[in-house]
Amino acid sequence: MSPVSRPRIAVIVFPGSNDDHDATLALDALGADAVSVWHGEDDLGDVAAVVLPGGFSYGDYLRCGALARFSPALRAVERFAAGGGPVLGICNGFQILCEAGLLPGVLRPNRSLAFVCRDVAVRVEDASTSFTRRCAPGQRLTIPIKHGEGCWFAPPEVVAELETAGRIVLRYADGNPNGSIADAAGVLNEAGNVMGLMPHPEHAVDPLLGSTDGARILGSLVDTARSRAPALV
Amino acid sequence: MKATVYVRPKPGILDPQGQAVGSSLRQLGFDVGEARVGRVVDLELQARNPAQARAELRLMCEQLLANPLIESYEIELADDA
Repeated sequence: MSPVSRPRIAVIVFPGSNDDHDATLALDALGADAVSVWHGEDDLGDVAAVVLPGGFSYGDYLRCGALARFSPALRAVERFAAGGGPVLGICNGFQILCEAGLLPGVLRPNRSLAFVCRDVAVRVEDASTSFTRRCAPGQRLTIPIKHGEGCWFAPPEVVAELETAGRIVLRYADGNPNGSIADAAGVLNEAGNVMGLMPHPEHAVDPLLGSTDGARILGSLVDTARSRAPALV
Repeated sequence: MKATVYVRPKPGILDPQGQAVGSSLRQLGFDVGEARVGRVVDLELQARNPAQARAELRLMCEQLLANPLIESYEIELADDA
């Protein structure tokens, strides 16, 4: 198999990341060549996409995601994203992308103050993005969440702008588990190459775990990465 | 030079932690209205003068200590520099 058919995808590992192995396994199973990149690295290498995995980077000290933003690897991710590279942040990865200003808003403690760990239904509002191209418009996906700080907040004018542009890509479909504004479960940046979501697609890629709907999200990313990978001569 | 930074949830921002603290205080029998929970950061600075210290502290708040979307901050410099 040529390297292009198995696109290389970086999974950034911070101290406190704990879903990086699941993300790596899921991406490999879906046809990618996932490589772990330690947070101290300032070069991602030749990768076609980046995943920021879930966990508790830097112990969630100060605010969740606030400290990971200053790591050398995240500077490299910022450069990668500025060049149009696809970046997917899952849970803590979403929190990091918001704190870094790569995505709008911020993740706040759940309205209930309780840590929520269960399957949720999300609706795909836009199936044309780099992260949802394997989904159907309006499709419902069952994917687990597990977070204490997943209440996405942005000022009203930002929410209105995102709604107009269709950048709230995933929405909680059967009740809002955390108090997120506009039931937002996944949000896209303006350029369309950076997305964050609270549900964990990497935990829903095997029938043994109850749902394979997460494969539609990660598989979309693999397809996007494959289409970007430079053809080898 | 010593400084203290107070970080608070902005008015109007939902503060579930403050709500939980307020409700617990009421359960203890205290007559408490709204409660808001913030954060205190004590710092030791090498700044040459208070003006420089304040300028640096503002940058620290904007770049890391507070998230301007949801939090306000207040800077207090100790006089015993």
